[in-house]
Amino acid sequence: MQRVGVVQAQSQQFAEPLQLRSGAQLRDYSLVYETYGRLNADKSNAVLVCHALNASHHLAGTYAGQAKSEGWWDNLIGPGQPLDTDRFFVIGVNNPGSCFGSTGPMHVNAQTGKVYGADFPVVTVQDWVDAQARLLDTWGITQLAGVLGGSLGGMQALDWSLRYPARLRHCIAIATAPSLSAQNIAFNEVARRAIISDPDFHGGHFYEHGVTPKRGLRVARMIGHITYLSDDVMEKKFGRKMREVQGALPLDARAADYNYSTQDVEFQIESYLRHQGDKFSEYFDANTYLLITRALDYFDPALAHGGDLSRTFATARCHFLLASFTTDWRFAPARSREIVKALLDNRLDVSYAEIDAPHGHDAFLLDDPRYHGVLRAYFARMAKEFQ
Amino acid sequence: MNGVHRQIAALVPVGSRVLDLGCGTGELLAHLQAERGCTGYGVELDDANLLACVQRGVNVIQLNLEDGLSIFEDQSFDVVLQLETLQHLRNTELMLRETARVGRIGIVSFPNFAHWPNRLQVLFGRMPVTRVLPYEWYDTPNIRVGTHADFEVLARKNRLRILDSFGIQGGQPVRTLPNLLASMAVFKFDRG
Repeated sequence: MQRVGVVQAQSQQFAEPLQLRSGAQLRDYSLVYETYGRLNADKSNAVLVCHALNASHHLAGTYAGQAKSEGWWDNLIGPGQPLDTDRFFVIGVNNPGSCFGSTGPMHVNAQTGKVYGADFPVVTVQDWVDAQARLLDTWGITQLAGVLGGSLGGMQALDWSLRYPARLRHCIAIATAPSLSAQNIAFNEVARRAIISDPDFHGGHFYEHGVTPKRGLRVARMIGHITYLSDDVMEKKFGRKMREVQGALPLDARAADYNYSTQDVEFQIESYLRHQGDKFSEYFDANTYLLITRALDYFDPALAHGGDLSRTFATARCHFLLASFTTDWRFAPARSREIVKALLDNRLDVSYAEIDAPHGHDAFLLDDPRYHGVLRAYFARMAKEFQ
Repeated sequence: MNGVHRQIAALVPVGSRVLDLGCGTGELLAHLQAERGCTGYGVELDDANLLACVQRGVNVIQLNLEDGLSIFEDQSFDVVLQLETLQHLRNTELMLRETARVGRIGIVSFPNFAHWPNRLQVLFGRMPVTRVLPYEWYDTPNIRVGTHADFEVLARKNRLRILDSFGIQGGQPVRTLPNLLASMAVFKFDRG
């Protein structure tokens, strides 16, 4: 399979302030992005790919001289891939508030000359979509062939269909929901409390103290990670396997191997989660984690329509493809079906795949052949509209 | 497109909004869209069929019909097609009622167990194995085996008004003694 190859991120500065839902404005901000493939002459082949919680504009390809720097959706996007960059011009944009290049809480606020920290304005899914739309304006792309996103990225794709109905022909929303459930908000709140209660957080102004609240970030990531996997997949992968003993292969638990310690790693799942937490705390920003989980919590387009999702989608005009995964309990299939129902009620074109995959929420990043097969077929149909 | 589908397509009014329950590869829906100006959706459980529908550009929703049709509003379709799926469903009667709830017109087809070769095989003491019913009794997916005449009784019980009914044999409509002479039964009905 051909790959995208080496890519380079680019940046666009915006002088015009971005009006945010909160009433605040984001001034003098920049957006970091990557593109793949070529924009055709009538600018009709662009697909915007929206990122979720801990991802970025780096969708595919690698960075020069960096091992293991593949983009987060490298298995989907590229020449001859389901989202074929020989046909489509694919755009990844890093959302403001993130920690991967676009203006975020670790940057200096030009108004005050100080690092934003906790003073970075609260951003919403709608704000991100507005920012993405402005970036498209700079290229003169008036209508996207499609917007694609999974999870929180799917929420952005849905928002595009609701607030910019004339600017996209297809909305492809994977493993997403019309709003978070109480349980989902609860998980986010646990993660946020872990960060905020870390003594190194300093009310979000840790940068000036030269520390980062790594302990909080680790716990936040561990919690998140549990919810992205299914019970089954975790059981299969780890079960009750013990931690590695002196480089030996991990064994199933034997009472003789117990250290009878409450604080040491005993089971492999513990060392796995700690490892994930450690890795994450090295590169992710604590304020970004708070901002992005809040954006997830706030997303609820039906709120302005008395909670009626069918009325909410009355403004939508594009074609839809939705997909969910049977073992995803964080963004369960029932939540995708709510969206499908609203689309049916509005007589909009929609297809919906409910993929029987074992991997839980993470399945949207994997290359299950049924899942990628449906995406490949859908994108191939889309490509016929402009070829 | 096979003869059965051709006969059924002719029953669908031009320009209808159609729901095809158990739409398979979406062939009939694609035909109705291209030739009869219809719009609509298919419902399909099988992954390979779903993919075929997407490849064809037919709207398809992956749902298990056994879970009901609660995702569809009352009378939200002009025509609901239920072709050769009814015999696979546990909740046959509920499904029939749901079909009538969601669609202004329902069209169903199913293998007619009373077709004369079937009767003959049963007469000789064996369950029928034919082109339309190609399975052995122990491996058949057809968990509901009924006849053309049986459906009339079920429709009456559920206060459905039969607008048209006939058999199909060899791709041709059979309007004389369809319960005896046709391997496939077709009914068009509404809620009366």
